[in-house]
This record gives sequence, structure tokens and C-alpha cells, in this order.
Amino acid sequence: MTIPKERHVLVVFPHPDDEAFGVSGTIATHIKQGTPVTYACLTLGEMGRNLGNPPFATRESLPQIRKKELLASAEAMGLTDLRMMGLRDKTVEFEDDEKMVGMMTDLITELNPSLVITFYPDLSVHPDHEATARAVVRAVRRMKDRPKLHCVAFANNTLEVLGDPDIVYDITAVRDQKMDAMKAHISQTAWMLEEMEHKLAQGDAETENWLTKERFYNYRWNQDFEESF
Amino acid sequence: MELVEVKKLQVELDAFANRDVYLHLETTNGSYATHFNEGFFNAGAFIRNVVINYELGKVVGESPHRVGLKLPHGWVYAQGITHYELDEQGRLLLAGHDGTGKLAVALQISETPFSY
Repeated sequence: MTIPKERHVLVVFPHPDDEAFGVSGTIATHIKQGTPVTYACLTLGEMGRNLGNPPFATRESLPQIRKKELLASAEAMGLTDLRMMGLRDKTVEFEDDEKMVGMMTDLITELNPSLVITFYPDLSVHPDHEATARAVVRAVRRMKDRPKLHCVAFANNTLEVLGDPDIVYDITAVRDQKMDAMKAHISQTAWMLEEMEHKLAQGDAETENWLTKERFYNYRWNQDFEESF
Repeated sequence: MELVEVKKLQVELDAFANRDVYLHLETTNGSYATHFNEGFFNAGAFIRNVVINYELGKVVGESPHRVGLKLPHGWVYAQGITHYELDEQGRLLLAGHDGTGKLAVALQISETPFSY
């Protein structure tokens, strides 16, 4: 599937590195095609647990490390409009719901994107992911002219609930950029990348597939996660 | 951070006793624990920037250590502490890292509030 040209793409995720795993190839492709992309990252991943043993960071120094990594990831993707939204990791679901909707509404109103990318509500595992997804869906639902909404889902029951993803992009052309985006978040990805390179060396098809394809679901407004809010 | 040496850490704990200090305490299995192991019961707790005043702070046990703070009307304690540091801002940061380098518990004390 080729990636259509958009007016503007808005990506909303809560943690530095959320963009790298699932959508960095798509982001890099949009940017190559001349589509402006904004990444709104809600937190600095302050609660990340990978601190090393012996530790390379403390609970207090981690946010600054992850901020630098986020900037490096943006650079790897060619992304110039990075918004750090100032929330704290693992607290997003406890924020005022209406405030969260307001944050998303403000971004969408300002940027007028034709496509918004976030997580799929109820199928994105981490409480911050779920809270982000809920806020984005609620904001878009209230709009007269809704932008397209593409969602990343990776809960264990995703296939059961949604079936196969309806959007699968071939990102082979920007494979290196995706790898560089993941490497940028080295404090969190080092262990995983090591395992991945081992699998790639063995010719593991699933891993290769993951680096060359990115998958999304169109949000199903006819099966909305809540009736209204 | 360095590995806990009980005598050295005890000196640092004593230095914060009997005055108002900001507390950070967390314990966690990570938000993905149940994703990777569906039967896993995931529990954790997080407290940040609550002011306490402890009359006695004590580090005990072989590594991983236990650290307890006795308050006029109660207690704070953390189990599983392996590392500590007095950082450049004079804050006492205690942490417990598991064998894979993941933070399992943190107990931190500071005269000034920790960042938001």
C-alpha cells in the first residue's frame, strides 16, 4: 500500500519511543513526500524502568536523557515540529478528561491535519496509551469535519476484536530511518535492538516484516469505544 | 549510582533526619507486566513530593537492603534497595535495580521539591 499525500499529519503518543516502534517509517515517508508532520509527545517517559545495572541514570536524570533521545529520533525521521506537552509518565489517565480533550482539540484546530495517528482505545496495553487514545478520539468525534484517524493496536486480543489491520504500509524505502529512530532511544531499546539484530542475522521473517511494514486500523466510528463523552 | 555500603548510606540518611524533606517513593512491575504474562497480578505505588520529617532512618540487611524511616506518627520503608547516590543537587536517591537493570523500587529524599 502506498502512503497517500496528506495536508498535514498529527501524531499523538504519550512516550518518547512510542513513535519509533510503530510509526517512524510512516512519519519519515510523509516527510519525504513533503507532507508536514507534527509529533505531540505528551510526557518525557520519566517512569522508564530501564536504568541499567549498573545504572546509567537515576529516576531524576532519566527525563533529560530521554528528551535528548526524542530530539535525536525526530532528527532521524526528518521531523521538525516536535511538541513536548509536559505531562508526567504514568499519570495521563489521572488528568482531567476534559482538559485532555482540550489539549487534543487545540492541536487539531491549530494544525488542521487531514490525518491524525494515535493508539486504538482499549487495545493499546499501557494506561497512558489508552488515556491518550481516548482523548484523541473524543476530540475528533466532536469535530464537524473529522480528520482521518489511524490507530495503532497491539493488545494480545487485537486480532480477535478488530481482525487484520486495514492499512499496511510498505516502509522498506525508509527502513534505515526507522532503525535510526529506534536506535535514538537507546536507553530504552538497547536490549531489544540487540535481540532484533540477532534475529535479523538469522533471517527471521517476522522481525524483517516488522521493519518493512507498518500497520494501522481506521478508527471504527460505528463501533465507538463509548457512546458519548 | 553506586552499590550500597551500609555504613556510608547510614551517614547520608542521618543527615536528613529531623527536618522537613520531600519524599519520592515508588515500586513497580512496569505497565507491560500483564501484557507479557497474562496471569500476572500487577501492583505498584507512587508517591512524589510529599513532605515528611523522620526521627530515625535506618538501612539494614544484606543487598538488596531494606530502608526504613520512622516518623512521629508512622513509617515509610522500601525493600530491595541496591544502589544510591547523593546527586549534584544534594538529593539522596536510593534505587533497587533487578538483574536486567530495570528499576524495581526507588526511595528519594530531598530538601527541595523534585521536578513535576
